[in-house]
Amino acid sequence: MIALGVMATMGAVQLTVFALLALLALGSALVVVLHRNPVVEGLFLVLHLLSIAGFYALLEAYFFAVVQVLIYAGAIMVLIIFVIMLLNLQPEAKGGPGLVPVFFAFVLGLALVLLLTRAGISFAPEPAMGAVASDFGTAAGMGREIFGTYFYPFELVSLALLSAMAGAILLAKRHLED
Amino acid sequence: MDLVIVIGAVAKVAVIVGLLQVSVALLTWVERRGSALIQLRRGPNRVGPFGLLQPMADGIKFFFKEDVLPPFVHKPTFIVAPAVSLFCALMAFAVIPFGGVLEVSGREIPLVIANIDAGVLLLLAASGLGVYGIILAGWASNNKYSQLGGLRASAQMISYELSLGLGVIAVLVLAGTLNLSEIVELQSRSLPFVVYLPLGFVVLLIAGFAETNRLPFDLPEAESELVAGYHTEYSSMKFSMFFMAEYINMITSAALLVTLYLGGYGVPRFIAEPLGLSGNALVVAEVVSFAAKVAFFLWVFVWVRWTLPRFRFDQLMRVGWKALIPLGFANVIWAALLTILKPEWFS
Repeated sequence: MIALGVMATMGAVQLTVFALLALLALGSALVVVLHRNPVVEGLFLVLHLLSIAGFYALLEAYFFAVVQVLIYAGAIMVLIIFVIMLLNLQPEAKGGPGLVPVFFAFVLGLALVLLLTRAGISFAPEPAMGAVASDFGTAAGMGREIFGTYFYPFELVSLALLSAMAGAILLAKRHLED
Repeated sequence: MDLVIVIGAVAKVAVIVGLLQVSVALLTWVERRGSALIQLRRGPNRVGPFGLLQPMADGIKFFFKEDVLPPFVHKPTFIVAPAVSLFCALMAFAVIPFGGVLEVSGREIPLVIANIDAGVLLLLAASGLGVYGIILAGWASNNKYSQLGGLRASAQMISYELSLGLGVIAVLVLAGTLNLSEIVELQSRSLPFVVYLPLGFVVLLIAGFAETNRLPFDLPEAESELVAGYHTEYSSMKFSMFFMAEYINMITSAALLVTLYLGGYGVPRFIAEPLGLSGNALVVAEVVSFAAKVAFFLWVFVWVRWTLPRFRFDQLMRVGWKALIPLGFANVIWAALLTILKPEWFS
């Protein structure tokens, strides 16, 4: 009985944390879209990425949570904000986009939501969650998946990234010589 | 929850945060007296014995200075920036183990605030987020010098984080774990990893200087070029938060170096064996040994700052990308070779 009570409170705590994180994620995402100052938008994107890391931690995938912070919030977003500040982007002028872009954005957004629901994300509570493997979300577990199960797809993706990087450098260099 | 464990956890956090503040105060004294020693001056010697109370006088001064909020700054960001710096600096230290397992009334309390499996990664993540404090301060100040400082900081920290990561990865390859306590235990069974990976030690040491913005890598503040760089507009406690963050980052950097390459809190065998320590006495000796090793590297930080001139920015980038990163990769490959050829050394 005591164990059951503990489990129930654990569930409540997790639910509260989830709700707070969800609010944070949605709120910061809205600021990213709606704010006019690019630096502020970039900062709220960082906050959004941190709240996503919170979701990973809530799922007990601590490795993913830390890697999310390390790579997205700590490295990629620093570069993005660096570029925004280097170009000294000014806040957008008043008066948003016209009606036509807003209409298309709405239609596309709706289509995306429908697609995601079709793809198996259900909003009904799961009847029973299957137990995850004991090494789920650890560095060892992920390493086995990447370098075992998905070795060839993973290497292909890294090749694609490498060629994209080489292409970007080539384009930048060509522009310099002009 | 067990009451002893809860009290132990709270006590650890309180003691560590308190000790960090005291160490920062002491470190400013060491810095000023050390620089005086190197430059054949006397340094602050009026307040208290040997000027030891000078940091306290400085602290009181910070508290009573006017907290200027310049006009035309981006207020929320300007106020948040120093807090981000200090928060990240404090968080990074949480994963550093500073002693073995203490036994209090039959319960075991490991002497580390957060003994988690992805420990090293959390430290890297916290130091990565720490850049935001500097970038934001530079941007929010609405001042060209500050902005240049912030831009320099982001370019520099991104570049040297890679070498820092490579220096860490080599150790992870040898140890086969991300948990810092396990890395220390492994080193006390075999030898400190600096013996196997001298190159990685050098790479991590240099990257540590760059990550903490210390001379010869202090381009984000470079007082002879940028007034005071990213914190030009800051005064009073907001300035002192940046100040504390920098010194705490120095401590963390030294602690990481000691933990990964110099056996962490492990007491050297030639000292531990004649004394025949065990149990809690050994744990105390471990804490002392950890503090001594870290203190030595903090002195190295001070020593280097007052000995070497600053790099130019292009030199900084060249050292980072063309020297340290290739050396870091060579070191990782060497570590991989060692684990394949001599796995019995690291089990």
